[in-house]
Amino acid sequence: MDQSLAVDLARAQFAFTVAFHIVFPAITIGLASYLAVLEALWLWTGRDIYLRVFRFWLKIFALSFGMGVVSGIVMSYQFGTNWSVFSDRTGPILGPLMGYEVLSAFFLEAGFLGIMLFGMKRVGKRLHFTATLMVAFGTFFSAFWILSVNSWMQTPAGYAINAAGQFVPDDWWDIVFNPSFPYRLVHMVLAAYLTTAFIVGAVGAFHLLRDRANEAARVMFSMAMWMAALVAPAQILAGDLHGLNTLEHQPAKVAAMEGHFETQRGAPLILFGWPDMAAEETRYAIEIPKLGSLILTHEWEGEVQGLKAFPPGDRPNATIVFWSFRIMVALGAAMALLGFWSLWLRWRRRLFDSGWLLRAGVVMGPSGIVAVLAGWVTTEVGRQPWTVYGLLRTSQSASEIDAGTVGTSLAVFVVTYFAVFGAGAVYILRLMAATPGTPEAEEAEPGPTRAAPSESAMKEGRHA
Amino acid sequence: MPELAYVWACLIALSVLLYVALDGFDLGIGILFPMLKDDARRDVAMNSVAPVWDGNETWLVLGGGGLFAVFPLAYAVIMPALYIPVIVMLVALIFRGVAFEFRWKSERRRWLWDASFFGGSLVAALAQGVTLGALVQGIAVENRAYAGGPFDWLTPFSLFTGAALIAGYALLGATWLIMKTEGGLRRQATDFAWAAGVTTYVLVGAVSLWTPFLDPLYFQRWFSTPVIWFAWPVPLLVAATAAIMVRGLLRGGDRAPFLAAQGLFALCFVGLGISFWPMMIPPEITIVEAAAPRSTLIFMLVGAGILLPIILAYTVHAYWVFRGKVREGEGYH
Repeated sequence: MDQSLAVDLARAQFAFTVAFHIVFPAITIGLASYLAVLEALWLWTGRDIYLRVFRFWLKIFALSFGMGVVSGIVMSYQFGTNWSVFSDRTGPILGPLMGYEVLSAFFLEAGFLGIMLFGMKRVGKRLHFTATLMVAFGTFFSAFWILSVNSWMQTPAGYAINAAGQFVPDDWWDIVFNPSFPYRLVHMVLAAYLTTAFIVGAVGAFHLLRDRANEAARVMFSMAMWMAALVAPAQILAGDLHGLNTLEHQPAKVAAMEGHFETQRGAPLILFGWPDMAAEETRYAIEIPKLGSLILTHEWEGEVQGLKAFPPGDRPNATIVFWSFRIMVALGAAMALLGFWSLWLRWRRRLFDSGWLLRAGVVMGPSGIVAVLAGWVTTEVGRQPWTVYGLLRTSQSASEIDAGTVGTSLAVFVVTYFAVFGAGAVYILRLMAATPGTPEAEEAEPGPTRAAPSESAMKEGRHA
Repeated sequence: MPELAYVWACLIALSVLLYVALDGFDLGIGILFPMLKDDARRDVAMNSVAPVWDGNETWLVLGGGGLFAVFPLAYAVIMPALYIPVIVMLVALIFRGVAFEFRWKSERRRWLWDASFFGGSLVAALAQGVTLGALVQGIAVENRAYAGGPFDWLTPFSLFTGAALIAGYALLGATWLIMKTEGGLRRQATDFAWAAGVTTYVLVGAVSLWTPFLDPLYFQRWFSTPVIWFAWPVPLLVAATAAIMVRGLLRGGDRAPFLAAQGLFALCFVGLGISFWPMMIPPEITIVEAAAPRSTLIFMLVGAGILLPIILAYTVHAYWVFRGKVREGEGYH
């Protein structure tokens, strides 16, 4: 059996399952913090409106969280099924980091989620708020550890290699806080906040377009636009710093992102083009002279390595990385622009009056999700052909499973994910479409509510 | 420093046991789901586990994640060997996990998510039982990797352990419902507990008699000194749990049947331990051979030592918050 086909299928399976999974944490990290802020505002100001908005988003959070959990369990076992050589080699280092994620994050989230979702009337306000905070902390700890894992694979540090070929720990501090970790963590958490902000903003804008006076929608839209205005520029700065770090530790990735094949001083910024891996050039390039060097090295004449500086077998696929990177950057810029636009209108006290801003807000709703996926493709495809950068090749990491088994399981996951998470997306959109502030949108708490009474209550409402 | 490896083997075993004890009853409720008489009873049954199932399932992640961390070699061998049952279990857990949320979101499609909750729970239980059976019957290893075919796990024995685990989870689910509900649902749960109880004890007995003949090592374990002195109380205690359960079911006790069922699971686990020790993956790899380097074991142990007691404390607290009977139509608010 062709082992390289099996490896490609295993890669496809990992990419597919993680691409679905990453969307849910991206939403729940931001949403958990948002819910904690809303509950805090409610407790602090005593204004009922914050509780209403809290309840509206709590149900959406519950759905996203449930889907995040089940898709995450798949990820944690996939290392063993499809990537057992990788597991054996890196287990002594990556295993504990993931173990700490389970111990410090997953249990915290799961232990307090029940109280957060169903406990409003069982426990006092203070304990309920504590539960919300704990869930929010849990999502953050989870991000901390999993990004440490990912960053170590990108910029390994603090290890030695033993006789069995395993990476073994030498210095845990260096392992956890490896060179790219701080940048990656900040970039990802800000991305999660932006993802949530644009979803919340889009839902608020959608309802404002129907009814400009809807108070809950105003709260959502206003808070989301503050986030966009403040965090999107911060994210651009964080992304730039992350890029400098990548240039230092993974120059081949940066060369692919930039579409540079030749190493040069005063390298141009290629805005658009088509990196052709076979011909080793970027076709149809539209470039701005010198700007590439300025951005990357912060010097006009700074030297930037091109892909030709690396053996063909060590180059990531520039065609994919070049474009995924541009999609991410373009969306980030659009987010910042929308944020500034909202600031301007807010200053003129017309935040809720501009139909164009609201429509733009609706259109930008999924932008965070798309940007997260594009960013993830950039960093992961850009890391190839390595699982542990420069040390362990992807082709040498996989289990010796035949292609038929991997392919079949991939097909099963594809069918399952589209069916299950497709249905979940429909339910989430339905919750989002319910007008905030009406009984149908907030009467029920999430999860085990009896749907029948609330629907009959709706009908009674209509008759009345 | 082999002691640390043994400490970790016990900790991993503990998290797997906690997983079975906790997720066992909510999987069991899924298995019994279609047999519950009407929608109102199904609502109550699901409400009785909705606030805790997520925490229960996290022990499975700790079991898998812990194995990866402290016994990476075992993880790298077991997962490819049990590729198919593991994938089947994961897909089944997806279907049942989302049902907790989706079921309440659509009146028209509710039957679909009920079916997904039932099917997912049943198949997950089967896959876990098969996984256990396959591990007991042994895994072929060469050069730090799995050396068998994709279907080695599929044997009469592993299917039998799969059936035993389904019955056992159904028993945990039924006795949980006896404890947490009242009225018609509780009466129905009592009937289930009788049926599942008899089936479970018969199947567990059969598996126990079968196991020593799978491998000479197991046979020697169970029928030679000194182990026999540790081993013989186990079947006696199993008989005691059966007596407590029968008494509880006859007298209408609330907690006794559930605790007896949990006791049975714990004893089966001890029995497995007696057969396995000191193997990590029978028949080849020992606990010490599979262990990660010492610094890894220590690094993880520090965290586990601090965090596990905290986790257990707030888990108990969450169960305490949602204590007591769940009444029909009441839900959790």
